[in-house]
Amino acid sequence: MSSSAKPADNLKYAASHEWARLDADGSITIGITDHAQEALGDVVFLELPEIGRVVKAGESVAVIESVKAASDIYAPVSGEVIARNDAAVDAPESVNADAYATWLFKIKPVDASELNKLLDAAAYHATL
Amino acid sequence: MQAPQRTPLYDAHLAAGARMVDFSGWDMPVNYGSQIEEHHVVRRDAGMFDVSHMCALDLAGADATRYLRHLLANDVTKLKTPGKALYSCMLDDTAGVIDDLIVYFFSPERYRIVVNAGTAEKDIAWMRARLTGFDATLLVRRDVAMIAVQGPQARERFWTAFPVARAQSVLLDNFQGTEWTVDGETWLIARTGYTGEDGFEVTLPADDAPAVWKALLDAGVKPCGLGARDTLRLEAGMNLYGQDMDERVSPYEAGLKWTVDLKDTGRDFIGKSALTGAHARPCDVRFAGLLLLERGVMRSHMKVHTALGIGETTSGSFSPTLNQSIALARIPAGVENGSEVEIEIRDKKLKARVVKPSFVRHGASQLSL
Repeated sequence: MSSSAKPADNLKYAASHEWARLDADGSITIGITDHAQEALGDVVFLELPEIGRVVKAGESVAVIESVKAASDIYAPVSGEVIARNDAAVDAPESVNADAYATWLFKIKPVDASELNKLLDAAAYHATL
Repeated sequence: MQAPQRTPLYDAHLAAGARMVDFSGWDMPVNYGSQIEEHHVVRRDAGMFDVSHMCALDLAGADATRYLRHLLANDVTKLKTPGKALYSCMLDDTAGVIDDLIVYFFSPERYRIVVNAGTAEKDIAWMRARLTGFDATLLVRRDVAMIAVQGPQARERFWTAFPVARAQSVLLDNFQGTEWTVDGETWLIARTGYTGEDGFEVTLPADDAPAVWKALLDAGVKPCGLGARDTLRLEAGMNLYGQDMDERVSPYEAGLKWTVDLKDTGRDFIGKSALTGAHARPCDVRFAGLLLLERGVMRSHMKVHTALGIGETTSGSFSPTLNQSIALARIPAGVENGSEVEIEIRDKKLKARVVKPSFVRHGASQLSL
């Protein structure tokens, strides 16, 4: 289903199947992995955090629902939510089409080095 | 743990890229890619399901009719035309639903019964124990496979694959089957299904199943998994045993009063005394459909807050046809269709409307509210 099924090298991964990318402006962009979308099946609903919400690493901040089941999405780092992908909310199937191109929300991190606690592509792949 | 059983089409599923799951002890395809696409293909064209995990039973004997009139809540004597089928609940003494099943009538001495996979062993034991005193035998047909071809183009595509079957099956009414003999083997071709669409359910020798599946594929019928089967039956408002009903509820609490036949007051079926008369079990709930009016997805076992008390969803999902969430639920008996209720989804209460539990039939929305 996805055009980029392999975990990408420029991303970090949580064992709970989120990917995170540190962008040039210092913010962190978050989505779910291809493995997660594959396991969920057709995604039909996304509930994303409000902009301005302050979140802690490991906190449940969003919900993704497929035809099959609901699943929590956890913040991989602590910080403030500064953007959410409303286009993905309107077209949840885009998560299935390309999980790495479909970001869900962005966090301005308190401490960007928290990213180092996440897994790299090889380590994440090994957990699957 | 016992290894899951495989149907004769197991290899065909793997070859088609199926994602397999354990369903009632059977290794079955949940989808072959996108469940929603499979759902739509059944509403718009033709899809097929391997339903060989369901269990076919042959009942034969001079007392076959008398036995079924005792065993089942629906009355098989309303079946007059050979091949006609009847949907019924099989109840225990307290009117709890042991299973729901389809029974095909061939003659007063011969019937075919199809029961659910997960309940088959329990059903067979129950049925055998009640054969005492009846001249009838029950034969378990694990030598057959079942393929459901469903959708507006299902029959045409089936006939494209099996042109010689057309003459015998073209005149079948809804809920009627016919035994078709091919190469000395008997198939049952029945105009039944579990999707709310037209189509056939075909029972055939297990050995022939892979070739038949292939022929249907070549005729343009798309393989569909249990995922799509579940959203299709939910849209059609059809109950799933073990989810919408089980031994703890009576057919009256599962929206199945229409299947309980009390016309012949002289007929004494198992569970009847718990449904009628002075010692009938109380029934203060009813079965209803729910349409979520906000974004989100209802699932089973969610609380339903109504003006008259709390109910519970029994099945819920996203309806690909209506593009919103639908559910089946047991709610307080006085809550009328059209009422607004609230569904507890995680930490929120979302608005839903109570509707008749039939959302989509023959490709079209049934919602008039």
